[in-house]
Amino acid sequence: MNAITSTSEMPQEGRAVEREDLLRVDNVSLSFGGVKAITNISFDIKKGEIRAIIGPNGAGKTSMLNVINGFYHPQEGTITWQGKVRRKMKPYEAASQGIARTFQNVALFKGMTTLDNIMSGRSLKMRKNFFLQMAWIGPARTEEIEHRKKVEEIIDFLEIEAIRKTPVGRLPYGLQKRVELGRALAMEPDLLLLDEPMAGMNLEEKEDMSRFILDVNQEFGTTIALIEHDMGVVMDLSDRVVVLDYGKKIADGAPEDVQASQAVIDAYLGVSH
Amino acid sequence: MAGLADVASRGEDTFPKILLRNARDFGTRTAFREKDFGIWQSWTWANVLDEIRSLSLGMKELGLTKGDKVAIVGSNRPRLYWSMVAAQAVGAVPVPVYADSVAEEMAFVLGHAEVRFAVVQDQEQVDKLQSMTDEVPSLTEIIYDEPRGLRDYDHSHLHHFESVQERGRAVLSADAGAADAWVAGFSDATGPDIAVMLYTSGTTGRPKGVMLSFDNLVISGRNGNIFDNLDETEEVLAYLPMAWIGDHVFSLAQAFTAAYCVNCPESMDTIDVDRLEIAPTYFFAPPRVFENMLTSILVRMEDAGTTKKKMFDVFMGVAKRVGERILNGEQVSLKDRALYGLGELLVYGPLKNRMGLTRLKVGYTAGEAIGPEIFQFYRSLGLNLKQLYGQTEASVYITLQPDGEIFGDTVGKPAPDVELKIAESGEVLYRSPGVFVGYFKNDEATRSTKTEDGWVHTGDAGFITDNGHLKIIDRAKDVGKLTDGALFAPKYIENKLKFFPNIKEAVAFGNEREKVGVFINIDLTSVGSWAERNNVNYASYQELAAHPDVYEMIESHVDQVNRDLASEPMMAGAQIQRFLILHKELDADDGELTRTQKVRRTFISDRYATLIEALYDGSKEKYVKTEVTFEDGRTGAIEATVEIRNMTPHSRGAVHQEAAE
Repeated sequence: MNAITSTSEMPQEGRAVEREDLLRVDNVSLSFGGVKAITNISFDIKKGEIRAIIGPNGAGKTSMLNVINGFYHPQEGTITWQGKVRRKMKPYEAASQGIARTFQNVALFKGMTTLDNIMSGRSLKMRKNFFLQMAWIGPARTEEIEHRKKVEEIIDFLEIEAIRKTPVGRLPYGLQKRVELGRALAMEPDLLLLDEPMAGMNLEEKEDMSRFILDVNQEFGTTIALIEHDMGVVMDLSDRVVVLDYGKKIADGAPEDVQASQAVIDAYLGVSH
Repeated sequence: MAGLADVASRGEDTFPKILLRNARDFGTRTAFREKDFGIWQSWTWANVLDEIRSLSLGMKELGLTKGDKVAIVGSNRPRLYWSMVAAQAVGAVPVPVYADSVAEEMAFVLGHAEVRFAVVQDQEQVDKLQSMTDEVPSLTEIIYDEPRGLRDYDHSHLHHFESVQERGRAVLSADAGAADAWVAGFSDATGPDIAVMLYTSGTTGRPKGVMLSFDNLVISGRNGNIFDNLDETEEVLAYLPMAWIGDHVFSLAQAFTAAYCVNCPESMDTIDVDRLEIAPTYFFAPPRVFENMLTSILVRMEDAGTTKKKMFDVFMGVAKRVGERILNGEQVSLKDRALYGLGELLVYGPLKNRMGLTRLKVGYTAGEAIGPEIFQFYRSLGLNLKQLYGQTEASVYITLQPDGEIFGDTVGKPAPDVELKIAESGEVLYRSPGVFVGYFKNDEATRSTKTEDGWVHTGDAGFITDNGHLKIIDRAKDVGKLTDGALFAPKYIENKLKFFPNIKEAVAFGNEREKVGVFINIDLTSVGSWAERNNVNYASYQELAAHPDVYEMIESHVDQVNRDLASEPMMAGAQIQRFLILHKELDADDGELTRTQKVRRTFISDRYATLIEALYDGSKEKYVKTEVTFEDGRTGAIEATVEIRNMTPHSRGAVHQEAAE
């Protein structure tokens, strides 16, 4: 028991100091025509941490994730990814850089099995000739066996052995979310973006998912950035929290500091003007 | 067939010694398999000897000594089975515990057993055990199999399974004589030593620790193997709780003595697929597993196309008529044999394959009575399914059904070396080499269960039929009388009800009351499928249970049971007069069932006292609020108004059509 408390109570600065930046966002602004989605936001994500991005509806959280994974390109500001300033790029380029994500609405191939869905997460890592793969001979075969092994490890990790061969369209929502996490993990990302991983889940499913997120972070050392509405989950899971409201950053820090911040309380509960 | 004396003289009287024999004689045969990462990983007997030896030496290095107790907590895994034998090799006693029992229950057992070591499956169990330091002060070292999530834990008294084996291997490589010294260490252990302690799940009161000796288990295991001609070629699936005597005998005692292969499933949810892949030759399951398999087949046949459905119906008709007779080796006409052969090709074969029972040599069911239709269904497919009657205190075997002498309502003849007698009270007593040594730290209970000359009270009431088979009626203490003096055997009535696929659980009341009243739990799979086919909408168990059409259906079942009871002179007086369908499923988490899914009668009568009152005060419905415990330990409440229905009893001795057929 002591071991657990000591890590979570370790002062955040202590961890942050020795850890290098995985990603830095400096003075980023993003607008769609006249609508300013994100205004002059700066924050960083350290290697190995769980970073939460929270805020009321329409605060710009999902836009922020889309900026991070390179789907949107901000009009102003710079993004530094693993020490290099990033230029405009396509999502698949972003993916091959080591950023994987899950979506607010499940975005799986409904007709395919759990196994195939997770396997699809490995496609960027498949290097062998397309025709060899089709014929399933020689090096392509060895390669696929390698990938399948990795996928089986993920299936074991997420405890979804029983649905290995089930088409995901037939699965309950909570399990679909888990499969989606599995597919993201199959990319062996450096940074994992989770867009509301617990939305629409019951308490038990949330507890399961929380444990998986913590385990992913611990076992694979994956850095995680997550958007979540369930405050209990955010406070328990994350090392640091950044709070957005109307596209602006209103707080940044350890969960308990953020929770105490007046600006955050106002943003969530509203203030009379 | 080696005589027992012969075996003892060769010194194969404990599991570590039998392990040496297996590694020597069957070294290259597969001993254990476990599905992991989607593939069946396997270990030969020679591998198993290596694994157990290094583990055993590692545990010794950690300070495990003779007489210590080692808790084994987790689902069926080769490593946990090995841990038991590894502990036995240093003279320690393994204590397997129900992994899904709540912390309080487990703390009692571990505290009572004074365990010093624990070998557990994963983080969940480690957390559970670490929260028990106050109740189990004797526990010093915990060894875990699955490292996930445990990285940041304090490892001063927590060890990964492999790291313990690493210690053992270090000892082996440092000292060339270590392996021989290890063997010498257990060579003086003999049959009468305690092999294992199993806690009975305890229908009443606190669990009791049943101490079984090597002789108990080894002799019972060998007798079981001889009785059914089991040898090293058998395959079994280990999926029942390791703390249960059945699994201990089938997956360890018999597996070691016969040297057959034990297969551990990937997870509890994949058992159906795993059974299909392994196709066990020797299979044990409590009746509810067979019930569930049959229910799911019937449900799927309802959804099948017309041709398939028709084929299924026709050939199941043939099987029902002649299948069992063919299995029993009776005379059957050539035409029927041909039809049955065709059915085997078109229906029975594929069905058996689907259930993973294609290679089944012999299957057993026990624990509770099995529905005659269910039993007959499997037997008519040509599966040699039999019943046995057993107890933890007997190392399982008390009676067994010999091949060709299968009757639905009796549990068979005394197993090899077992003597049987019926006490004046109607209670069944037995004496056998499998009879337990005693209850741990509970001499009083030992004395009241086991007589001076070795007879054990089963606590079950029954009688021996004309053909020498034992028939069990009920728990001896549950058999009571109505106020008018009629015999009331609650379980007998409940089992009759439970034979209907729509009824999952039933609890009958009536002892020292003027009439019989019953609580019923509907079966959600079966009734749910009926609801789907009949466009009945429902959101929860509670809503479906209260549906008027469901009540109609259950009422017809209850009426059928009453008609059955009326035809039996002994039981006719105790027909069901009032019943209700419970608003929630009975659940072990709420303490209503034991971990082996048996009804805890007294607990239920306390908990639902208001409903029982309503059964007898003539009211038509009753409001009730019940506390429930969720899996994570939180509690909530379910409220409902439960309807109660009246039944008209049938006249005594009424002609019973089905029985007459």
